[in-house]
Amino acid sequence: MDALFLNQLFNGASLASLYLLAALGLALSFGLMRVINMAHGEMLMLGGYLAWMTLLVVPGAMGIILAIPVAFIGAAAMGGFIQSTLIRHLSARPLDTLLATWGVSLILQQGARDLFGAIGVEVRAPEWLTGSFVAFGVTLPSARLFIIAIAALVLGALALLLLKTRIGLLVRAVNQDRMMASASGIDVKRVDFTIFCLGSGVAGLAGVMLALLGPVTPNVGQSYIIPAFLVVVMGGLGSIVGTTASAIILGLFAALAQIFVDVSVAQMLLLMFVILFIQVRPQGVVAVKTRQLDA
Amino acid sequence: MPDLSRFSPLKPVLPWLLLALGIAAPFALSSYDLNLLARFMAMGILALGLVLIWGHGGILSLGQGVFFGLGGYAIALHMKLADLPAGELPDFMVWSGRESLPFWWAPFSSPAFTLAAIVIVPTLAGALFAWAVFHRRVGGTYFALITQALSLAFATLIISRQDVTGGFNGLTDFYSIFGVGLASPGTGSMLYWITLTLLCGAFVALRWLLASRFGILLRAARDGENRVRFLGYNPTPFKVAAFAIAAMLAGIGGALFTLHAGVVSPALIGVVPSIEMVVWVAIGGRYSLAGAIVGALLVNLARDAVSSAFPELWLYLMGALFIFVVTLLPRGLAGMVKGKAA
Amino acid sequence: MLATSACALALASCSGGDKASAPAGDSVSVGVLQSLTGTMAISEITVKNAEMLAIEEINATGGVLGKQINALVEDGASDPSTFAQKASKLIESDKVATVFGGWTSASRKAMLPVFERTGNLLWYPVQFEGNECSPNIIYSGAQPNQQALPALEWAVKQGYKSFFLVGSDYVYPRTANLILKKHIEKGGMQVLGEAYVPLGGTDFSGVIAKIAQAKPAIIINTLNGDSNVAFFKQMQAAGISPKTMPVMSFSIGEQEAQAMGAGLVEGSYAAWNYFQSLTGDANAKFIAAYKAKFGKDAAITDPMVHGYLDVYAWKAAVEKAKSFQPDAVRKAAASLGGFATPMGTVSFAANQSLIQKAYIGKLKADGQFEIIADSGQDIVPEPYDQLAFPGKTCKL
Repeated sequence: MDALFLNQLFNGASLASLYLLAALGLALSFGLMRVINMAHGEMLMLGGYLAWMTLLVVPGAMGIILAIPVAFIGAAAMGGFIQSTLIRHLSARPLDTLLATWGVSLILQQGARDLFGAIGVEVRAPEWLTGSFVAFGVTLPSARLFIIAIAALVLGALALLLLKTRIGLLVRAVNQDRMMASASGIDVKRVDFTIFCLGSGVAGLAGVMLALLGPVTPNVGQSYIIPAFLVVVMGGLGSIVGTTASAIILGLFAALAQIFVDVSVAQMLLLMFVILFIQVRPQGVVAVKTRQLDA
Repeated sequence: MPDLSRFSPLKPVLPWLLLALGIAAPFALSSYDLNLLARFMAMGILALGLVLIWGHGGILSLGQGVFFGLGGYAIALHMKLADLPAGELPDFMVWSGRESLPFWWAPFSSPAFTLAAIVIVPTLAGALFAWAVFHRRVGGTYFALITQALSLAFATLIISRQDVTGGFNGLTDFYSIFGVGLASPGTGSMLYWITLTLLCGAFVALRWLLASRFGILLRAARDGENRVRFLGYNPTPFKVAAFAIAAMLAGIGGALFTLHAGVVSPALIGVVPSIEMVVWVAIGGRYSLAGAIVGALLVNLARDAVSSAFPELWLYLMGALFIFVVTLLPRGLAGMVKGKAA
Repeated sequence: MLATSACALALASCSGGDKASAPAGDSVSVGVLQSLTGTMAISEITVKNAEMLAIEEINATGGVLGKQINALVEDGASDPSTFAQKASKLIESDKVATVFGGWTSASRKAMLPVFERTGNLLWYPVQFEGNECSPNIIYSGAQPNQQALPALEWAVKQGYKSFFLVGSDYVYPRTANLILKKHIEKGGMQVLGEAYVPLGGTDFSGVIAKIAQAKPAIIINTLNGDSNVAFFKQMQAAGISPKTMPVMSFSIGEQEAQAMGAGLVEGSYAAWNYFQSLTGDANAKFIAAYKAKFGKDAAITDPMVHGYLDVYAWKAAVEKAKSFQPDAVRKAAASLGGFATPMGTVSFAANQSLIQKAYIGKLKADGQFEIIADSGQDIVPEPYDQLAFPGKTCKL
């Protein structure tokens, strides 16, 4: 196998990690509430700007480590605010939620433009994140290795949370049957809120990762959010396994397609792939079994 | 909400009054204002289609720009070829290093083929796409997300094939349509009246369609798709047909817009413009045909007035208005006027 | 209706004759049409500022032909059809004498029919891909032979023999690269690869993998805006720095360099007709005036200076023609001879493009360019590259 192929395999893995971090929050809250937050991309943006500001205060190697919790908490707080002021009141109207949150996204983008300027800011990564390793003739940039590691960590932590903790149990219960869960005394609204904050926080993390690869701009979220939507569509309702699998498939697909075609055409192929995929498996990679008919 | 029903004596006259005003507009407006009005009316035709699929079908499309673009590019191909001296290539092909006309351009030199293509290409594309998604019972939010990806992919594809599509620049510099000079006197008014006729035609046809059994089934499928199935109907063909009709209207709107604006470009068909089309209808009223037209006119007029003087304000305003209308006023302006369910 | 038809019948006389050439009162309206919103706003607002500065300075010193300039600012919203709409508004509703503006080729192409139909005149300030010459547009930005080709000549002189072309996916990069390829191949050198990324795109993993495999001597970069940050950052992460593999950029100016954090791009090359670091009193004066008005941290770029000099060129041409009539003004502009600008004394060629020098700059750590080479003499603009587009000429 030639170096270009191996290189793209690795790049695909790092792209998949970004897709995953961007899509996890969407998938979690979609599974619970059947709503998509179109302002989710702006959580990435927020994470990026928070990382930039953290590094202004604490420059150097510690800065980027500190930026991770800061971005997580900041984006989670913003997500919680949007959920409790807007999305909660629209919970029975998923399409309206989509549109209203698009309005939020527009306002957040313009807000960032006014606060930070329309031209991007650059997050200066510490030395240990700007280098690269060479293995099997493939250059492995440490920033991308770092991103893959963080995605794996986040995934592991989420799995632990969902499978081993009480809050995870509640989430799974609501995910399977909202009415029954509510009837058995679970505070469904609180579960919604918690998961929404968590998902937005993960998106904030994704924003920090993006800042390692490119500029932070008011519309930085836009370039990754549409692939993230496709990941959700292909992943299946609210399944973490499905979301992970579909992020990996789409990440690899997008990177490997670039060996043969331009980025533009790769984007088109990606969409066609998803449409073809739902011909075969409309329920997504992994289907969560439910007895509800009109989901 | 103001109760306007007490103005009911006006009600039967109002549509005719508006129509008379519409017909007379070319005699009262400057050519610039008339052109602007005609553009917005072309957008109104697209907005009517959204009422059909979104308001009455519950199908949210964030990809209407694609069909708008298909119609726009179809007529643009024709006008590019019509103005071309024999044996020459359109200028952008030359500077993109192309040496021959792509085979699929050639038929567009025929006016009849072009007119047919404006209607048929978006309709077919819409039907195919909708069928591919709906027949596997994927709908709702998923459908909206896929249509958004479609508009991104379509715009990106047009940009990347500059040698045959004109790329990011789009197609522009048109001089005549079907032998009539675009700058010659009276052409502007004529194109305006054609747009007005098509807008009214689409309005009347959709009114009839929505009142027919088709409309009833469409609304039934919106409110409970599986119940419709239990009653023995397959809702998929209805939804596909509705989407195809909306795509056709978008295509016609796009073709007319291209005539009035003198340019078609990927900037008109991407993700953001496609969502903005939904904004017009959300503000005007998603269940109301008249509301959609008013929404398309109002939002575009407001943009024209506000965005130059207060560019930043415009984006905040649009975002806030959208949130407000969607959350608190789901019936839009039309709901305010009617006061109760349409 | 009647008035419109009458006007359309006698186009030339109508647009120039009774409206533009004899503006009412003691002021004359001009249009300033740039994107104030959307993706292009960040660049175009600075050009708008420069144009407004020139207008203000002229007004302070007595105006044009004794008339104060009344600038009408419109927003093109980064959308070509809006540019066309606003151009038509400025000309037909507001009756402006001329319009300054545009940035992307898409916006210029969309406005061109409006200017040709109404007989008005557009002053376009940005470097572009050539292949166009309209009597109704004055092009002050570089033609390909005033920026891209001098940069190539310089690279060849340095001994670089193999090239990789990377650009944003729109008209300028694709056409500029087409011209460059013809010249590179004619010179017996090699283009090892060519890659385009959607405008605003930030994923360069595939492109960089291809570059790493091709190992070109130099990269020619026509990426636009924020994509540059992502590109240089991911290049650095992949272990390729401007020092080991030089990059020549056509769209990185002082503003971009300042925003990108110059450390990232330090040592990379750029080609322009103006750098902020140019010496000369006129330039120092312009920079000082701009900074006094728009903040001391403002970066000054090539398109801004072209926007600024366009306004002064229009003034000079109007005064030479003793008329605001667009047709008289454009003829006067082409035969104006030399006039003083921040980039030195320049003049317009008969094809209505600017005769100007090209400079090669090397980016320093402070975000300014060190000028390391120039084209020597002024370069006469050629809208059609004879190697890539043989036989095409400018007919006005």
